[in-house]
Amino acid sequence: MSETKPRTSAFFEARDRATDYLVRRHHLRWPEVLPWLVAIACFFLFPNRMTFGSQVLIMIMFALSLDLILGYAGIVTLGHAAFFGIGAYTVALASLKLGWSEPISGLFGAAVIAGLVGVVVGWFILRYRGLTLLMLTIAFAAMLQESGNLRSDITGGYDGLPGLTFDPLLGAFQYDLYGHTNYWYALAALAVVFYLVRRIVYSPFGQTLTGIRENVRRMHSIGSPVHRRLVTVYAISAAIAGVAGALFTQTNAYVTLTVFDFDSSAKVMVMLILGGTGRLYGPFLGATVYMVLEDYFSKLSPTFWQFGIGILLVLTVLFARRGLLGVAEDFVRLRLSGRAGDAAPRRLVWKPEHWKALGASALDGAILGFLIGFAANLSRTELMSSFVAGTPARAFIFTLGGAAIGAGINAVYLLITSRSAVAGAAS
Amino acid sequence: MPQIANIVVSVLFDGLAYAMFLFITAVGLSVTMGLMGFVNLAHGAFAMAGGFVVVSLTRSYGIDFIPSLLIAAVLIGLISVRFEKRLYRRLYKSTDLEQVLLTIGLAFMAIAAFTYFYGPIPKSVPLPHWLEGDVNLGFRRFPSYRAFLIVVGAALIAVLWYVFENTNIGAKIRAAVDNRRMAESVGINVDRLFTLTFAVGSGLAALGGGLAIQLFGLTPSFAVLYLVLFLIVVAVGGLGSLKGTLLAALVIGIIDTGGKYAFPVAGNLFIYAITALVLLIKPSGFYGRE
Repeated sequence: MSETKPRTSAFFEARDRATDYLVRRHHLRWPEVLPWLVAIACFFLFPNRMTFGSQVLIMIMFALSLDLILGYAGIVTLGHAAFFGIGAYTVALASLKLGWSEPISGLFGAAVIAGLVGVVVGWFILRYRGLTLLMLTIAFAAMLQESGNLRSDITGGYDGLPGLTFDPLLGAFQYDLYGHTNYWYALAALAVVFYLVRRIVYSPFGQTLTGIRENVRRMHSIGSPVHRRLVTVYAISAAIAGVAGALFTQTNAYVTLTVFDFDSSAKVMVMLILGGTGRLYGPFLGATVYMVLEDYFSKLSPTFWQFGIGILLVLTVLFARRGLLGVAEDFVRLRLSGRAGDAAPRRLVWKPEHWKALGASALDGAILGFLIGFAANLSRTELMSSFVAGTPARAFIFTLGGAAIGAGINAVYLLITSRSAVAGAAS
Repeated sequence: MPQIANIVVSVLFDGLAYAMFLFITAVGLSVTMGLMGFVNLAHGAFAMAGGFVVVSLTRSYGIDFIPSLLIAAVLIGLISVRFEKRLYRRLYKSTDLEQVLLTIGLAFMAIAAFTYFYGPIPKSVPLPHWLEGDVNLGFRRFPSYRAFLIVVGAALIAVLWYVFENTNIGAKIRAAVDNRRMAESVGINVDRLFTLTFAVGSGLAALGGGLAIQLFGLTPSFAVLYLVLFLIVVAVGGLGSLKGTLLAALVIGIIDTGGKYAFPVAGNLFIYAITALVLLIKPSGFYGRE
């Protein structure tokens, strides 16, 4: 019954292919040079936006640290700002209280302290998953923030610790007004961190993490020490976040307790998701796109920008779960595979359920329209009262308008999608 | 030492009122999370929306406070059904992460939209006369509004308890929270059950939002500011458990009020410390399933 089957050549072929893949997948591919070339090009293209540039690089590093635990190990956290903040305060307090203001050793110090805290916290909380884990991460970051506020004589509270000074970089490069030194400093630090993360991700250890993300039970049953692996990667990620925080303090020469904000944990997650999780270059694209959009739109109107983040998140989850990089990948693949099947004639076929879909959209549009009309009529903010007379008729008109717009949008969507459905049916 | 007794009674009373607000707002979240395991971070946004509906109805339409509360709860409950059908339903089988992202995105959009229409300045509502001032309970006087909050909370607890324990629909909900697959296989339509509880839960959240205006003042950031508190109540109490949510609301409400009274500088430190402690010892909360 249980005798082993003779291994056929197909088995060996498959095994060779698998080995081949494992051996090759960490090799450097040419597009990987691109982000770094872009970063260097930016220095020459926007020489007077380098302060902003170094903030982007820091957020990339922060998002990269989150990618390691969220994208690869599948640990969902909304409190990663805790470690960013620990790093930020490590170098700030070291410089202020101990007179230790050498920047590069400061980064190592921040990494060590954040990493140690990561080990302790991770050991406690990584036994849990789901909502419990989420709440524990939030609670940890919030507790740090509250304790910091309790001892605002040391941390400076929400007013912050201004006027921090750091030694010139390598003893030679002074910090200039335009942030040029800071930019190269942050870029070099990011390159080192990225090299480490890349090594980790493609190592057997990294492979274990992906295994844990995909199927914990199976990893347990093949004897992988799951908890220890998770704590290890959590500590590494915490250390990287700490370095990012330390860089943040050093480049701004300023830090406040807001680094621990829930918002900042949420923000870095949005960046990562936007770029694409579980991929090395997701944080690069996500953080850059987010920071540039934020820089532009939040100057225009912070309210508008907050709405924008919301829409970005909803659209990403509904239509682009693998992030911008995933969308780009699909697009390239589509182009490469050609469009052989698309020659079939397309015709619009109207099905009864389309009416139902239109009706649902009209209803949703009507509800939104009514709410807007309701708010516009009744709230009488300065903004709306200029053009709203405050008649109930306005709410009615908004309701009808919303219904028409909702149905219209869905009609256009159906015109596009139901055509391709016909093409699919014909082939 | 009558003075200390006086302070203890005050803290207990305020804590109880606070706990009632937490319970009313969070109970829907607990049940929907227990039913579907759906992490709904937009729950606070429904509460905030309810609060603003009350503000609009009382301030601009001149409707009384109490009817406004009811209208807001029903309106938000009905609107939430559309959200559930349109957006949430697609993500039932998705990962926690995707649910977190979608719902926090919705919360951000809601905050921005309400800031646009109502502005960032805290809003208040005109209260009926009988809710202003103090009420004399024989041995001492208490603020009427908080007493009202406690009465409303107690009444809701009684109703919810009755529905949960003694009606057909309550039995179905308990069965589905306990074992969803089993419940489905004996013919309970869990999807429809979820829509119903989602609507009721969002309506209760809207009611909680309306009741909170007088306590904290209402700004659009309410949606995220108090969300963490609701999540704490849900996680500490145990998903899908009425008893657990009530107990957690009482513990959090009273300890937070007492902590803030005794050590005002510590802020929310007590809440987070308790949360961490409870979850480390009992990861699924007071009455949660393992």
